[in-house]
Amino acid sequence: MSALPPYATPGQRVWFYSFRVICGLIFFFLIAPIMVIIPLSFNAQDFFTFTPEMLALKPEGYSLKHYKDFFTNSDWQAALWNSLRIAPMATLLSVSFGTLAAIGLSQTHVPFRRTIMAILISPMIVPLIISAAGMYFFYSRIGLQGTYLGVVLAHAALGIPFVIITVTATLVGFDRSLTRASASLGADPVRTFFKVQMPLILPGVISGGLFAFITSFDEVVVVLFVGSAGQKTLPWQMFTGLREQISPTILAVATILVTVSILLLATVEILRRRSERLRGMSPG
Amino acid sequence: MADVTDATTARRAPTPDDAARLADSDQSGPMLAADGRPLKQSLQRALRREKLRALMLIAPLLLFVLVTFIAPIADMLFRSVENQIVGNTLPRTVEALADWNDDAEELPPEPVFRALFFDLFLAAEAKAHTRLGSRLNYETTGISSLFRSSGRRMDDVAEPFQDVLEQADPQFGDGAFWYRLMTGEGDADTSLLNDQRERLAALTREGMGGDIGFAPSAEIAALLPRAAREYSAFALFTARIDNDVVAEEDPWESVYVALALDLQDGGAERVQSYAGPGADALQAAAANADQLPVVDFREAFIEVDDGWGDRTNWETMKTYSPPFTSGYFLNSVDLQLTADGVEAREENQRIYVMLFQRTMFMSLVITFSCILLGYPVAWLLANLPMRTANLLMILVLLPFWTSLLVRTSAWKVLLQQQGVINDTLVWLGIVSDGGRLALINNQLGTIIAMTHILLPFMILPLYSVMKTIPPTYLRAAKSLGATNWTAFWRVYFPNSVPGIGAGSILVFILSIGYYITPELVGGTTGVFISNRIAYHISSSLNWGLAAALGTILLAAVLALYWVYDRMVGIDNVKLGG
Repeated sequence: MSALPPYATPGQRVWFYSFRVICGLIFFFLIAPIMVIIPLSFNAQDFFTFTPEMLALKPEGYSLKHYKDFFTNSDWQAALWNSLRIAPMATLLSVSFGTLAAIGLSQTHVPFRRTIMAILISPMIVPLIISAAGMYFFYSRIGLQGTYLGVVLAHAALGIPFVIITVTATLVGFDRSLTRASASLGADPVRTFFKVQMPLILPGVISGGLFAFITSFDEVVVVLFVGSAGQKTLPWQMFTGLREQISPTILAVATILVTVSILLLATVEILRRRSERLRGMSPG
Repeated sequence: MADVTDATTARRAPTPDDAARLADSDQSGPMLAADGRPLKQSLQRALRREKLRALMLIAPLLLFVLVTFIAPIADMLFRSVENQIVGNTLPRTVEALADWNDDAEELPPEPVFRALFFDLFLAAEAKAHTRLGSRLNYETTGISSLFRSSGRRMDDVAEPFQDVLEQADPQFGDGAFWYRLMTGEGDADTSLLNDQRERLAALTREGMGGDIGFAPSAEIAALLPRAAREYSAFALFTARIDNDVVAEEDPWESVYVALALDLQDGGAERVQSYAGPGADALQAAAANADQLPVVDFREAFIEVDDGWGDRTNWETMKTYSPPFTSGYFLNSVDLQLTADGVEAREENQRIYVMLFQRTMFMSLVITFSCILLGYPVAWLLANLPMRTANLLMILVLLPFWTSLLVRTSAWKVLLQQQGVINDTLVWLGIVSDGGRLALINNQLGTIIAMTHILLPFMILPLYSVMKTIPPTYLRAAKSLGATNWTAFWRVYFPNSVPGIGAGSILVFILSIGYYITPELVGGTTGVFISNRIAYHISSSLNWGLAAALGTILLAAVLALYWVYDRMVGIDNVKLGG
């Protein structure tokens, strides 16, 4: 499929090119909505469509006023800070517990491995609205509903499956004779973990952490129910903005978030390659 | 996570388990380890230690997930059948109602109304009657206002009793006297007090333990059982909820009613021989017992609100009196639990079956659109040279990584009547300015936006399956004379079916539980069952129904995941390509 053979019939040629056009359209469908909001966020007017000035590429059609609004409006700033207060804590919790458990799960003999795995993965499987409902009921029973701690715990629980999946995937390729070698050279388990195992599985841990971070940073359903006004995060603010009075500031926020996701995507990709390279380099 | 392989020999490394088996098969006497123990024993100990260590590493997380996630889900399952509120708020009424034959064409007998008076009086003091009213209102409309208005007027029912008693002896108007009278002399009746503790704890959901500085004497409890009971409830409430000193507070009107009923019910004779504190006042009241009003509680209640004369309300109360109910689940499938058994709901109240059907139908449409759009793209990615494919993969992964709300807001902006798509169509002359398409706040909007959001979840599994189909298969088919179409349909497509299956189940599972996108772009016709769950949690506050709907949805998702696990294996979920 990479190239059209020279003996292709006209019919095959037509199909070859039309197929590529179809695929191009689908790619366009995938990427265009995200790309369109970037120029729209620089709109000088409070409209959600391209103004004639913008189409004529006149400078007066563009402005940074929606960005200015984002950085000065207290609602948006509070939401941003809440997100930045919640997501790292949740990530820290899920990564530290998750990495330990992933190492435990990758041991040769783990009783009830399937059951344990099913329980640990379940936050990813259960639809968010159901998790949100259950957490709302249960956390209000134990007084965690509407608190910072409640939201952090809920988000940590949602991030755990991603950490487990990425770290166990990294550990599959981990050569266990390295830990034995380290032990035979006199290192205690803690030292072995930090000096031998951790550096090798670090890429997996970091990408698991990034997934956990994104999960918490993007999450809106659970925080809507478990949080109260004091924990209003960025996605929550966007959600209310979209539902009630839709303001173009949302587009500026969206553009910033797209930039963040491009950076994260690049990081994860680099880490994945590094991890593959490291695994390729390990003896054997 | 297969067993660990030895890097140098590519064989499975020997484990303590293997060695234990090896030692087991050895017949020639026990082999000894270096420390002199039998080898088998020593190896088994090592194996046990290894298992324990693995579990110790997992335990913190397991505990964390059990508390923060599994317990909430269990709570939701429990709430979908739980119905303790009726029994907790009106315990005596429920007990009395058990004897009422609801087939007969009459109202419950007088004892039920008497029990209701005391229950409702206490519930109104604890402000719990409105909560029960809203709960029962889900089943029969009008009960909420019935409870709210009646709770306020329980004092009126009690008033005539209080007047007569205070005229008989003015001491009855004094809180300290009541305290002396009820404390009495001799042994205290702790079981009566503890019963009331339990009852108030269930009603108010507050701790009722500890010393409250009051306990009714056993003598008084035998002499005036109702009054001792109600005064104990009053004392507990005063001490624990209001944080006041019992002896300094005037008792509730219900205590007067209880005393009057006790006196009318043979207590007047019994108090003649009583000699404890307050005996003079009691005997004075007994002497005036004939002046105490003989109140028909049934009539009094009907006078307060004629809703109490309506059998339907009583039937609802009786039907929903057990601590557990299937009512919420029946409600979720548009049925109703009534005194005569399970019935269909009225035509205009049936929405849930329709919503479940719509959720299923739209999820199927979304899954199908994802297959339609994802298949060609996955095929192209799997067959292009690595470098180009990796570049194009970014176009799939970027939406995958972009915030859900960003993508939803993009569609909200694009699909508006004055949005980019409609503007472009008008500019191209495809639609007139007056005839702009309604692309949002309907099913179409939800389907477009969700197809876009879930498309990467279809492309990624399809791609990984197609990567494994050797291109030589197609060439072989063609060299054997197959046309392009036959080669694709008979050779390539069957090989890619596992990818379609995995992607479809994934997309379907994700879409039936979606909440945010339908909420924002679905209007009223494009919303899913999850939106209704959210509505019941935050707006209508019918948590039981929300829990039942959630449980049904959860069961559907788990069943689908079971299929997914059989097909692909949950361990094989790959993230980000």
